[in-house]
Amino acid sequence: MAASLKHRREWIARASCVLPLGLFLGACALVPATAADGSHRLSLPWIPELGINLSFMLDGLSVFFALIISGIGFFVTVYAADYLHGHRHTGRFFVFLHAFMLSMLGLVTADNVIALFVFWELTTIFSYLLIGFEHEEAASRKSARQALLVTGAGGLALLVGFLLLEMISGTYEISRMIPQASPIGAHPLYGAVLFLIFIGAFTKSAQFPFHFWLPNAMAAPAPISAFLHSATMVKGGIYLLARFHPILGGGGAWTCTLMIIGAITAVGGAVLAMGQSDLKKILAYTTITALGIMTMFLGGKTTPSLTAAMTFLLVHSLYKSALFLVAGIIDHQTGTRRLEELGGLLRPMPATAFAAAAACLSMAGFPLFFGFIGKEIMYKGALAEAMCPELAAGAAVLSNALMTAVGAILVIRPFLGRSAGYPAPVREAGVFMWCGPVVLGGIGIIFGIVPDFVGRWLVGPAVHAFHFSVEDIGLSLFHGINEPLLLSMLTLAMGLGFYLTHRRLFQWIKSASEKIPVTAERVYDGCVNGVGRLGRLQTRILQNGSLHRYFFIVAAAFLLSVGYGFLSRAQGFPEVVPPDLALRQWLWVFGITAAVITVLVTRILLLAICALGVIGAGLAILFLSFGAPDLALTQLLVETLTVVIVSMILFRLPGAGSETKGRLSRRLFDGLLAAGSGVLVTTLLLAVLSTELDRTITAFFERNSYLVAHGKNIVNVILVDFRSMDTLGEIVVVATAGLAGYALIQNRRRE
Amino acid sequence: METVLAVLCGLMAAASIYLMLSGHIIRFIFGLVIATNAVNLLIFVAGRLSSHRPPLIADGSRVPAGEVANALPQALILTAIVIGFALLTFVFILFYRTYESLGTVDTEKMRFAEPDGEKAVSGAEEAKGSGA
Repeated sequence: MAASLKHRREWIARASCVLPLGLFLGACALVPATAADGSHRLSLPWIPELGINLSFMLDGLSVFFALIISGIGFFVTVYAADYLHGHRHTGRFFVFLHAFMLSMLGLVTADNVIALFVFWELTTIFSYLLIGFEHEEAASRKSARQALLVTGAGGLALLVGFLLLEMISGTYEISRMIPQASPIGAHPLYGAVLFLIFIGAFTKSAQFPFHFWLPNAMAAPAPISAFLHSATMVKGGIYLLARFHPILGGGGAWTCTLMIIGAITAVGGAVLAMGQSDLKKILAYTTITALGIMTMFLGGKTTPSLTAAMTFLLVHSLYKSALFLVAGIIDHQTGTRRLEELGGLLRPMPATAFAAAAACLSMAGFPLFFGFIGKEIMYKGALAEAMCPELAAGAAVLSNALMTAVGAILVIRPFLGRSAGYPAPVREAGVFMWCGPVVLGGIGIIFGIVPDFVGRWLVGPAVHAFHFSVEDIGLSLFHGINEPLLLSMLTLAMGLGFYLTHRRLFQWIKSASEKIPVTAERVYDGCVNGVGRLGRLQTRILQNGSLHRYFFIVAAAFLLSVGYGFLSRAQGFPEVVPPDLALRQWLWVFGITAAVITVLVTRILLLAICALGVIGAGLAILFLSFGAPDLALTQLLVETLTVVIVSMILFRLPGAGSETKGRLSRRLFDGLLAAGSGVLVTTLLLAVLSTELDRTITAFFERNSYLVAHGKNIVNVILVDFRSMDTLGEIVVVATAGLAGYALIQNRRRE
Repeated sequence: METVLAVLCGLMAAASIYLMLSGHIIRFIFGLVIATNAVNLLIFVAGRLSSHRPPLIADGSRVPAGEVANALPQALILTAIVIGFALLTFVFILFYRTYESLGTVDTEKMRFAEPDGEKAVSGAEEAKGSGA
């Protein structure tokens, strides 16, 4: 029964691939319309009062992304059902996966920046859930939290950037900001907007110095890494930069920042990739490289640069998702992802080997593969830039050469290298697992043969959606013998050199990277631990379990806040009416004062209880003499009961005489605080007394007590008629207190 | 009279705060009793001691004749006295039970829920370490 249920769940999971498939076909159907330079808008009112609408825009760029997201989503879904075979939380996984995919589609189609921000954060949240999918492992939880905090913080920066943009342009719609590009660029807040949006894009797309979360996110299952951390989510930042290129881009600050950060990220990621031995970590670092290259080319403003960014995005999505899926298959079938333990997989796993080879050759940029086209256009773009073409070309050549070497390592060592021997015989994975990488790798070959087609229908419309030029993007197989081709040859030669020395480079980079004193990740850890330390510190100060501390803080807060509020509004000390008391009244006052002081100073319990009784009874007398007989009666009753109960209980406790004495300085502070509060209470009351009394409410009760409620005792009428619900509440309080007290006593009996 | 009562109110408030800060549960209870009374007195005085005549309507008339005492604060205080009494009773029992269980009347030594500062943190970390 359980087995069949599990089986059924797996089939449901597999069948859920119709969702991405349907979306993919839908996006395909949109291609001709958007390629004809049409953008379609759809706007639903959301918070129209604030100008926030759920508006979507479909143009070449969004359809380009939507195709990648839904297409790879389809293969990942098919793959994951087998990858997770028998996992307890299969259902949860697919819900998160599809929810993530829909958020990502929302992100790339949103036209309203607030809607874009919401989708942006949704992808962050689902990414968190998916990275932490194996939530019983501490490393998985830690990585998930790290990704959440880094990208979430970037998301908040992005939101502020969007709000500033709205302040400048007066609209939340991206399509309406585009015509205002030049006033936005001239605005004094332009720099702040640029900075904030860069922070958002760099955290999401793992640019230096925020790159460290991406390799750690490899704690996620392989299909998630393939989907989120190579093909889709991390491209969110790239999408953002492309989308805002016509609004913010083109200036010196834009170009310089993106070129420099992109170049550092690209080269740094590629170098670090050479120092890894875990397959997924290698892929993660080369993903960082790829994102760096895209960022660098989005810094440019010529058609070849921007075409390079978009072409490479497609190239990379295809080969990298295939490679992540291959890494997952290897892990699944052999139980290891470590390079030094792998080898000889070509014979048992031919289909996987084919996929890996196709993807790696595309990654290495061999002619006839789509990666070659991507690399050619990259060099063309770099050389076309007016601003430091040497930097862009140099960074591109170096990182491409390193990626070529990595590609060679990834094919040669696990598949062709000598096998170290596996604990169990290795077999090919099921067809549902290898079909995805094979198709994705195969597309890399097909696209490499028909670059014109890709240029016309996919990359071209995407580029022209954010780069308004009629210039042809010029993707073609062979451009003749020119500089880009020479650079390509140089890249391959350097890549070969790096491959031949890769074992020595591995040792060297590994030991060097361990010696770096300050890394971004350590800064992050310091911040996170710092928050914990701050929390412990404030707990120790504010919440140390001492009643004295708590009450002192409450009383001091009362004194300071009320005192400040009063003093900042008071006009001088309130007018004081000189007392005019009869002798018996003076006696009464002295009696109460003496009783209060007695309670304060006495060490004799019985005397203190008597003094409390005097205070209560004194109040009753006051009530009686100023026209409140009901109060006097209640007060006397309650006071009597209080004294009885206090006596009953307190005589069972060690006496007040055995009180603990605090240090003198503490008692001095307590005394000052108490005296200050007392003075404040007196001053407030005098201030109240110096104003005219508003008797409106009282007059209402006096007028209507008999006429409306037919009662002659006005106080009683208020309690049982006008404000009867208050009285009901009061009864509930008394009953609750009684029940709680009873429960406490009962609980003792049981013990 | 009101001026003197205002001073008295301040005295009672000061005494109650000082008592509640003492760290001894019996003195804390005394402070609570005085605080209840101080607040009732405060409300009463703030409503003015305008008349000695209770807010009653004589037989045969529909509204009170002449000026009577302010009925509104009286209604408020009546509620406050009863609720204050309910609170006090509960606090008495609670403190008594606490004393029975923990064997101390010193609130600084009542550390069942919140162990002492440093120890609390290291204790929690030890618990976490042994759990992992």
